[in-house]
Amino acid sequence: MIRKTVSNVAEALEGVKDNMTLMLGGFGLCGIPENAIAELVKLNIHGLTCISNNAGVDDFGLGLLLQQKQIKKMVSSYVGENDEFERQMLSGELDVELIPQGTLAERCKAAQGGFPAFYTPAGFGTEVAEGKETREFNGKMYVLEHAFNADFAFVKAWKGDEAGNLIFKGTARNFNPCMSGAAKITVAEVEELVPAGTLDPDHIHIPGIFVQRIFQGERYEKRIEQRTVRKRE
Amino acid sequence: MLDKNGIARRIAKELKDGYFVNLGIGIPTLVANYIPKGIEVEFQSENGVLGMGPFPFEGEEDPDIINAGKQTITTMPGASFFDSATSFNMIRGQHVDLTVLGAMEVSENGDIANWKIPGKMVKGMGGAMDLVASAENIIVAMMHTNKAGASKLLKKCSLPLTGVHCVKRVVTNLALLEITDHGFKLLERAPGVSVEDIKNATAGNLIIEGNIPEMKLDD
Repeated sequence: MIRKTVSNVAEALEGVKDNMTLMLGGFGLCGIPENAIAELVKLNIHGLTCISNNAGVDDFGLGLLLQQKQIKKMVSSYVGENDEFERQMLSGELDVELIPQGTLAERCKAAQGGFPAFYTPAGFGTEVAEGKETREFNGKMYVLEHAFNADFAFVKAWKGDEAGNLIFKGTARNFNPCMSGAAKITVAEVEELVPAGTLDPDHIHIPGIFVQRIFQGERYEKRIEQRTVRKRE
Repeated sequence: MLDKNGIARRIAKELKDGYFVNLGIGIPTLVANYIPKGIEVEFQSENGVLGMGPFPFEGEEDPDIINAGKQTITTMPGASFFDSATSFNMIRGQHVDLTVLGAMEVSENGDIANWKIPGKMVKGMGGAMDLVASAENIIVAMMHTNKAGASKLLKKCSLPLTGVHCVKRVVTNLALLEITDHGFKLLERAPGVSVEDIKNATAGNLIIEGNIPEMKLDD
């Protein structure tokens, strides 16, 4: 067994430097790597390019990095719900690349799986396709999109073991499996880190080969963005 | 004339037994409240769930189980969770049967604009571009005119496009229309709305053939 465990978040983020490109899992605030984000805030690293479906809210998630102006560029599909983000974007301090959500996921998967590029129908005929190669297959038009090239991927799982194997819970899975193994170094934080042999190999969502460092996170807040409930009859 | 719930009720009549359906944010979400009796459909949310159920009871919210609108949800028996790439494989691979989404503009050839207004803060397209580029059956749910009273059914969209030649049907507060090679074909009038009203509110080419029936919402 090849051990992937590191003792804490500080060790997990060793080597993260200014101007790097980072992938961060999560959809809204669901399944985000809360501990890695907190450590990036603490390290006060600047000039970051962040690939993440969303940009958090003002006081949580990637919003914490935006507050300290640590992010140079966001690559996302949807960036609402964040006033500081809007201010920095409109003032030109922050560069933003908006790309279709399925394309974002697949550009991660392509990097994970060794595909340099792929064709997708998403965005054909729109400004997303401007300047990109297009091609017809079976009478339908497609746009060529390229794999991401990132330095670190920060993912969050429910359970993990010493070998780096990961199991996700609910819709907190989202982009986390796609980003695992899609950067030079993948750092996984988990709610519960267990000894190797504890998890059933049949139940592993992401095999440890895609993960270089794993640690058990602390104090997960798991903030809910839109608490919606129905009345009991 | 229909209100938002009325539009959702009319769209719900387009659901068929065994359909996998992706509902967008806004009026489309309401469609889930009007599933016709006797049929089974499953709702997909692109953040990674198939078999979405109603909102949870108070106290039973799980921050790890949300929909693409980031709302807390529940799941139905037979539901599944998956990653974002798998989710969009379902969409791009046309395994999802029907997509219902809102729009700012639709053109007579089926182009749709619903993600960006130049000069305003752009939040992003989310999964809309993947959905409209891939789905075989796309129904747009929207008001027939904008707040200024201008038609949203146009010859050509004026706003940046989300997708081209993709919309199949449009349900508005005034009418049900089908996109054909020659423009918007009027299929049904909303209750109490005349063909003349619809003509006046439609800027794109409107095709009217024979008597246009009034929508039936109850059955």
